[in-house]
Amino acid sequence: MRLVRRKGNREMKSNKLKNYIPGRATFRGVVAIVIFVVLWEVGSRSEELMGYRWPFIGLVPAPSGVFVSWGGLIGDPSYWSSWYMSFMRVFGGFIAAMLVGIPLGLFMAVNKTFYGMAFPSFEILRPIPPLAWVPASIIFWPTQELSIAFVTFLGAFYTIVINVLGGARSINRQYLQAAQSMGASQWDMFKRIILPATLPSIVVGSAVGMGITWEVVVAAEMISGGGSSGGGAGGGLGFFIWASYVGGSYEQIIVGMISIGIAGYISSELLRQMGGFLTPWLKTR
Amino acid sequence: MGVMETKMNQLATKGAIKINDVVKIYDPDGAAVMAVDHCSIDIPAGEICMIVGPSGCGKTTLLNAIAGFHGITSGEIHLDGELLCGPGKPQAEPGSDRIVVFQNGALFPWKTNLENICFGPMMAGKLTKEEILEKARSMMADAGLAGTENSYPGEVSSGLRRRVEIVRALMNDPKVLLFDEPYRALDSLTKSVMHEALLEIYYKNKVTIFFITHDLEEAIFLGHRLIIMSSRPCKPKKIVDVDIPHPRDYSVLTSTRFREIMNEAKGVVNEEARKAFAAGEKEG
Amino acid sequence: MSQSNASSMNLTMYRVATWLKSPKPYLMIIGFAFLLLFWYFSVEIWQLPRFQDMPGPTEVFSEWFSKDPYYGLSIYTPEYYKHILISLRRIGFAFLLATALGVPLGLFLGWSKTLREFIFPLFEVFRPIPVLAWVPLAIIMFSGSETPVIFLTFLASFFATTLNTMLGVDSIDESYSRAAYCLGASRWQTFWHVVVPGAMPFIFTGLQISIGVAWFSLVAGEMVSGQYGLGYLINTAYMMIEYPKIIIGMITLGVIGYSTSAMVRVAGDYMMQWRVRELALGDN
Repeated sequence: MRLVRRKGNREMKSNKLKNYIPGRATFRGVVAIVIFVVLWEVGSRSEELMGYRWPFIGLVPAPSGVFVSWGGLIGDPSYWSSWYMSFMRVFGGFIAAMLVGIPLGLFMAVNKTFYGMAFPSFEILRPIPPLAWVPASIIFWPTQELSIAFVTFLGAFYTIVINVLGGARSINRQYLQAAQSMGASQWDMFKRIILPATLPSIVVGSAVGMGITWEVVVAAEMISGGGSSGGGAGGGLGFFIWASYVGGSYEQIIVGMISIGIAGYISSELLRQMGGFLTPWLKTR
Repeated sequence: MGVMETKMNQLATKGAIKINDVVKIYDPDGAAVMAVDHCSIDIPAGEICMIVGPSGCGKTTLLNAIAGFHGITSGEIHLDGELLCGPGKPQAEPGSDRIVVFQNGALFPWKTNLENICFGPMMAGKLTKEEILEKARSMMADAGLAGTENSYPGEVSSGLRRRVEIVRALMNDPKVLLFDEPYRALDSLTKSVMHEALLEIYYKNKVTIFFITHDLEEAIFLGHRLIIMSSRPCKPKKIVDVDIPHPRDYSVLTSTRFREIMNEAKGVVNEEARKAFAAGEKEG
Repeated sequence: MSQSNASSMNLTMYRVATWLKSPKPYLMIIGFAFLLLFWYFSVEIWQLPRFQDMPGPTEVFSEWFSKDPYYGLSIYTPEYYKHILISLRRIGFAFLLATALGVPLGLFLGWSKTLREFIFPLFEVFRPIPVLAWVPLAIIMFSGSETPVIFLTFLASFFATTLNTMLGVDSIDESYSRAAYCLGASRWQTFWHVVVPGAMPFIFTGLQISIGVAWFSLVAGEMVSGQYGLGYLINTAYMMIEYPKIIIGMITLGVIGYSTSAMVRVAGDYMMQWRVRELALGDN
């Protein structure tokens, strides 16, 4: 929604400054981030700079320290192997969730009896946070890797199914009727109408599911690597953060946090590109 | 009730719009799409002016310029002699002297019909709450809306919603009412009821009406004048005077004069419509 | 034309009656039964290889409902409710704080382009960082074991609420604010009368997501640090090899999580009567 009320000349002016405007928005964003980093630097070094330690921020490692630490880590292979492990887990769990979730969702959308039986049970299980499944998962699965994978799978699974269902059910019935009147078979309708029409919802569901997957992976890595079941066969960025904390290298904690943020962003971007590739018709809107 | 009676006997004295050589170019340093091409129209106070034209030709741009939602690239628009927008002031300020009735309706779904209608005066704060409520109720009764005060717009029919929207506008004593194809989504039966209702309201409140439509029958039935626009960029192509006297009712539709005017206008409209179709215009 | 409360009550009763007559409730029961039976059979009867160490339904339910539970936790023990209440208290506090901060922020980000240009990029830098990655930092920053947990829950909830509110404002049709300006409303009045109510449906959907996310973070936080609470319960039950308690904890979480979501939804329905009625009557 755009502001409508403008003082007289602004629209005219913006025509002339046309070339500057895309820059202006980015500039402002950068300014805010820079101010934030400066405040952070001052705050975390407040004790030595002012003799008085700011609450909360005063205890946090400074950006300068983080930056230096990161520089050191870039050459460290175990840092990158953490990336690799987390990525593998995320994509593994995510793809599994798609492989099971999309057909399930579509089947539920198409077959009312199955929906009536499966959906309420699905909805009952959904509020249980995936992490609550961790102990049960560890008991059940033979290896730690599988138990993490299962929990990751759960995280994305619910979101994907809900989005597929939502997408399939909101298909304009007239599309189906039009196909029928042109003589399409059940399979045709499924393949050529229901599937493509659900794709946008699948893409959206995947994007959200991806975010949740990262949350779960990091959580699982921290918990199983650093918490209850002891001994870290874990690895991965979540474990990296926890180990840094336990080991007392606080700068590395923040490096880890930022790394995960970047990794999450990269995976979401990848998904978005793929989604755009699969649903070109949405771009024309 | 006194408000209603005095209005009926008055000739409109305010609401004269003068559009002078207006040009609107979207994205001048980029795609440079000309929507309005040196358009000049003079609308006297109290006239029902119907703007007819094919889809996508730029009629809405003109309406938006008058209302103050968009600016113009050059030219001037005056209301009762005062400058709305022009050189040095490319965009008008939206105000309650020129109120728009939108295509898909813009009644606030979260307010009841009565609350919607009272919105303008409540925001202005010049009358007391009791005065506003009284005025609202009597205007609603006049427009045949009694009994729907406490319903939400989502609960009533679209025809009724349109009427509420018009009353909402009229509560503010506007000089001009700007209609942007308001009856486009209605079926033709409801439409004819709406037309008669609109005329009834007009006879009681002589405002200037700037009405965009692509429905010729609607245009001739309602309007004092038809201004037929060319396809994009829009420019008045032909002006047709509808000399059928007011007050009108539905019997007008079958009169000979009506038929004659239809014939006069139809050729031009169809020609422009075909051009727009060929150009692949997307409707507004 | 005017809908009263009585008729929407009738509508609900009618819907419930139809639902009962349809196969839906019976299918639902079949689905649950299937799930329970699968659990029962796989653990207790067939004793499938993986399922051996798992507690079966009989063990869990007899424990849950027994007056003198073997592991010390059932609906008759006060400890059970202590865990529940502590989790609820944490969620309540974090969620309300996140809503109190997130909704206004989201509204302003949606409304003011300038503010959005400054703040949103910063927001988007933080958002991809999984909430749990903040655990060590939270422990460093905040003293005690309670505050970090609440902070994490707050954070998750805050991001979800702010984003959804902002999207809610974005989704409001431009016509509404234009109509408000036409009717003479000031910027602030438009914000209050158009933007805030218009974004409400999205805000409440966002709040439901937000509370789900809050539970997610709370459980994680409780598992890692903090004392008491359902997450803590599950974790310690695992460590002390009191497996039935794990399942009891999980099911309790499910039920309570669902109830809190439902409460948010009901609150939303209550505040947006207009929407409920609009949706109930379908398209006009």
